[in-house]
Amino acid sequence: MLSRTAANLFWMARYLERAESTARLITMGQRMAVLPGSAYRDEWRSVLRVTGCESFHTGGGPVTEEDVVRILLLDPDNPASIQSCLVRARANGRSVRTKLTQEMWEALNLSWRRFEGYDVGQARAELPTLIDWVKTRACVFRGAAETGMMRHAGHDFMRIGGAIERAQMTLRLLDVKYYVLLPETDVVGGGRDHYQWTSVLHALSGSRAYHHVYGGVHTPANISDFLMINRTFPRSVAYCVDQMRSHLERLAMEHGTLATCHKTVDEIFELLLNGQDGAIFQRGLHESVQLCLKLTNRLADEIADSYYF
Amino acid sequence: MSFFEMQAPDGAIRACYAEVKRWIDETGIEGLHRRMDEAEAIFRRIGITFAVYGEGGDPERLIPFDLLPRVFSRLEWQRLEQGIRQRAQALNAFLYDVYHRGEILRAGHIPQELVYLNPAFRPEMLGFDPPGRVYSHIVGIDIVRTGPEAFEVLEDNCRTPSGVSYMLENREIMTRMFPGLFAKGLVTPVDNYPALLLKTLKEVAPPACKGDPVVVLLTPGSLNSAYYEHSFLADLMGIELVEPMDLFVENDRVWKKTTAGPRLVDVIYRRIDDDYLDPLAFRPDSLLGVPGLFHAYRAGGVTLCSAPGAGIADDKAIYVYVPEMIRFYLGEEPILANIPTWQCGDAEGLAYVLAHLGELVAKEVHGSGGYGMLIGPHATKAEIAAYADRIRANPGGFIAQPTLELSTVPTLGETAVVQRHADFRPFCLVGEQMRLVPGGLTRVALTEGSLVVNSSQGGGVKDTWVLRS
Repeated sequence: MLSRTAANLFWMARYLERAESTARLITMGQRMAVLPGSAYRDEWRSVLRVTGCESFHTGGGPVTEEDVVRILLLDPDNPASIQSCLVRARANGRSVRTKLTQEMWEALNLSWRRFEGYDVGQARAELPTLIDWVKTRACVFRGAAETGMMRHAGHDFMRIGGAIERAQMTLRLLDVKYYVLLPETDVVGGGRDHYQWTSVLHALSGSRAYHHVYGGVHTPANISDFLMINRTFPRSVAYCVDQMRSHLERLAMEHGTLATCHKTVDEIFELLLNGQDGAIFQRGLHESVQLCLKLTNRLADEIADSYYF
Repeated sequence: MSFFEMQAPDGAIRACYAEVKRWIDETGIEGLHRRMDEAEAIFRRIGITFAVYGEGGDPERLIPFDLLPRVFSRLEWQRLEQGIRQRAQALNAFLYDVYHRGEILRAGHIPQELVYLNPAFRPEMLGFDPPGRVYSHIVGIDIVRTGPEAFEVLEDNCRTPSGVSYMLENREIMTRMFPGLFAKGLVTPVDNYPALLLKTLKEVAPPACKGDPVVVLLTPGSLNSAYYEHSFLADLMGIELVEPMDLFVENDRVWKKTTAGPRLVDVIYRRIDDDYLDPLAFRPDSLLGVPGLFHAYRAGGVTLCSAPGAGIADDKAIYVYVPEMIRFYLGEEPILANIPTWQCGDAEGLAYVLAHLGELVAKEVHGSGGYGMLIGPHATKAEIAAYADRIRANPGGFIAQPTLELSTVPTLGETAVVQRHADFRPFCLVGEQMRLVPGGLTRVALTEGSLVVNSSQGGGVKDTWVLRS
């Protein structure tokens, strides 16, 4: 497989996943911002901060929903906006058009310019629909890949890109919570804190799954265990790391050689393994999240090096 | 009065159009419009687009598709096919000649300076024998029709003619939407084109190639106007679609960069102009291209299809001499005629053209895509005067042809089937042998009376049928 093709597939998946992640982040911000007293806490700013987009908010004062919709949904000049991500995902897909199935391409190609010229007011009014639309696009694409795409190396690179981005999204969401309110060690005592923690679950479509695993009680320790360590929830960091490992393994078999990226993914795996039974929470969630973010970034760089991107 | 391909002046439907006419009547104009919308939606979703240079607006515009097929009878096609093969063979013979002894020039049939001073001539190619002596592996010949028996060649395309993807997709869409039309087996299929193309490309593998040749399609990238076609053809041939940056040259062999390290490439079907192929051989300021590619080619390490310098054969100034080539190399009379052409480069021609510019179609010798041309009968006095000034400033850069009564084909109008002018581009493959699928691209001017069919100028395309009997 051409190295450029591998790079395009990897980034196509990352951008598409990032578009969806950002959509989920906005949903979470919205849930948090409607809680009483939120105006003083600047929840929306934390959403910008975890996406690295704080600098796009010029002028003082708190960050508003309008700002976030403008910056994270519509701004074509912000490389992290959903609009940019969709355009880039498609551009990456277009340059490896021959490696995608017809259905995958159609999923990428359909209405990729939807947000061009959208006005902020209109976007806010239709926000839930738009967010759903973004999530659906990503679902359709993944579904098309699931049943149609050849399981060659390109598929592995695509899945790895997606898994890295999804893991990072979960990590960032956990960090939003950190910025809003330092984690407490007790049972979440109702009120705002309860809602904030459950908003994280909601944004990741994990509330129901959480109940099945931990019963009805929300504790920060359990929630972070669920999102970091649990290996059955597909948006948990551990699950994503399992995915990266299995696809990297396949690549190693196909290429007949192990590279530095294989060591790093094992390192992340170990880190999560040692965080079981609440250990990760005891050691400090924020620090663990930051470490995981750093390691996954390094992993992405190493994959590019190992396969000559 | 233009020749209408569907219907004789007395109202009788020409035999080859019987099936199409029956289908039009059965479906009705409204029904056809409904289906047309469906077809457009399919095209848009698949992403068959054609970027138009210098027009702004949508960078991935859809090329308009007209639902009504253009039909050739078996007999008409047989004659076309012979003429096309003959021409493709002569053009390749000419290319071999001008890059070797130049017999046709020595014999005085073509002025030497027209070849050797032509920017499309590549002195770098002199004395080199490309595999199979083939220079132009895909010859696209633009043909117009002016009467029931009159087919004439408008121009030749020996470099990298585009449009074959439309031939294939138009048929695909038609078969998908109207299976009934094809169920009777009246229409000859064209879908083996990609397989024939791959076969052709493998036949011209370089001397250094061992085993099954590795073929790639080299595209300038996804911003190129024909990128869709590049990816489409690579896909159907099952070969890698590469960009210049994916390739490098070492020890006179070409390698592609893969996730497992470098891998050999034998044959490159390139859809990049000569100028941008190799900055070491051609334009040094080009950021595109694969340094050392041309050297590897000359050393027999890789085959470039088409060969650099193939463009000298399709130059508009050389076009006039193609009938001469056919006589000279093949000892035959041309089956397809040229359109009478005045060369502004010679004094007699210039005088005639300037005196009759209002009746002629004038073109730049090196132009393409319908840009920079003047259609005298449709131009204003001021436009004609301005164009005359341009010709006077550089006579050698222009040719002129009579305004032809191009035939018309049935086209779906708002409320009725209307007549629109069309041309035809078949694609002749040249490897160890010549291959031609029965069909080609019909381009149609969608504006009433317009003679410009180029997709860059708002022309459309339609399916082209060659009947089995």
